[in-house]
Amino acid sequence: MFIYRGLLLVSFLVLATLSLPHSAEAQENPYFVAYDHYLEEPGNLEVEYFSTFGTQRGGNDFHSYWMEFEYGATAWWTTEFYLDGQTTFGGSTIFTGIRCENRFRPLKREHFINPILYVEYEHKSGADKILKEGEGHDVEADFLTPNSAARQEIINEMELKLILSSTFKGWNFTQNTLAAKNLSNEPWEFGYALGASRPLALKASAKRCALCPQNFIAGIEMYGGLGDRYHFGLRDTSHYAAPVLGWNLPSGWTLRISPGFGLNDNSHQFLLRWGVSREISGFGSMVGRLFRNRQ
Amino acid sequence: MSIRRAGVFVLVLVMAAFFLSAAFGQENTNSATRQNSGIESAYSEIRKAPEKARAKRNPLQKDPDAVAAGRILFQQRCAECHGDSAEGGRKGPSLRVAEIQNAEPGAIFWILTNGVVRKGMPVWSKLPEPQRWQLVSFVKSLGPTPARTDAPPVNASHPPTG
Repeated sequence: MFIYRGLLLVSFLVLATLSLPHSAEAQENPYFVAYDHYLEEPGNLEVEYFSTFGTQRGGNDFHSYWMEFEYGATAWWTTEFYLDGQTTFGGSTIFTGIRCENRFRPLKREHFINPILYVEYEHKSGADKILKEGEGHDVEADFLTPNSAARQEIINEMELKLILSSTFKGWNFTQNTLAAKNLSNEPWEFGYALGASRPLALKASAKRCALCPQNFIAGIEMYGGLGDRYHFGLRDTSHYAAPVLGWNLPSGWTLRISPGFGLNDNSHQFLLRWGVSREISGFGSMVGRLFRNRQ
Repeated sequence: MSIRRAGVFVLVLVMAAFFLSAAFGQENTNSATRQNSGIESAYSEIRKAPEKARAKRNPLQKDPDAVAAGRILFQQRCAECHGDSAEGGRKGPSLRVAEIQNAEPGAIFWILTNGVVRKGMPVWSKLPEPQRWQLVSFVKSLGPTPARTDAPPVNASHPPTG
């Protein structure tokens, strides 16, 4: 009952947010896992929904999803809040946790390689299946545990990333190194994500259009685990490669799709991801005015 | 309540505080800086463009579509802060003043590429180079307008362009 009320509240908030009149055309990257060095514009809120359909050998396939609220606090700081859930076919639908994420840009100017510092806190159950990152020795077989048992495990985790991203001749190249620590006395785990993408056209059209090639960004990302502090390396880890495509609409909506393929026997064979997001410009000012008017 | 649970509770509280301060911090910063703002500080960033960047020529200077494309880009990316006609908005200063209109195209391109991150203007290098030059073409096409006495205060936290 609590979950349904929560979902109802979230749905209402999302619909209210999406009905706000101020939207800005987003120039969003098409990645699902990798991050580049571009932060949210200050005062803008991006509301995002992402889905992942995954195949499961020896068990039931699953559909996981997350809502993401991304806010540009300043030009050098973006903060995000996530709500995660999943449905295991033939099993159940459950809420699996929350995440709070912050990204900081330490350098004032643009350089050939631009670092971003990433700090995330996750409070999730063992049934979390969103596969937002590859880390440690996470493998496909971990998802065989039924939801009823997996959700009993509560995970509190800090995740740190160093994002190194570069833009050259319209191409974005990014490399993310991840270190995650389960706060329940587990060893540090490591992972990586790589991405490359480029708009289909570099010049903007002189006419307003939805299907102009500059609105499409295509690329590829690759991610996986690198073991933990005691067993660092590729052994018993999973890895994925996924072409990605993003479509930035003039109305402020962005659509993304990505078929992902497991690269070894420890990985899910196939992941189909899609996402929809909308950027609300001037959200911070709107909320600020709302509160000031009440005073 | 166990120590671990208390720790988690505090951590969640800290993160919530971060999120809330993010939501409202920008407004407060803007109000504070607005007090100390002046046109000089708002436009000073463009004078920091290095010589090499200033010397860059706009490769789309003779492109007949550059201004029209730049206008659309401006409406999509910049008008929120700088106003629909670049006359200056709630957050960003006017781009029609002499400081901008007399600046080298390369200097405007440099500001677009690097932003003024510490003062609120984001980096726009995510727009491919040709699109940034289209924006420069549009901004330079505006021409100067006389200073308005009733203009909104220029916010030093949002310097020129973009």
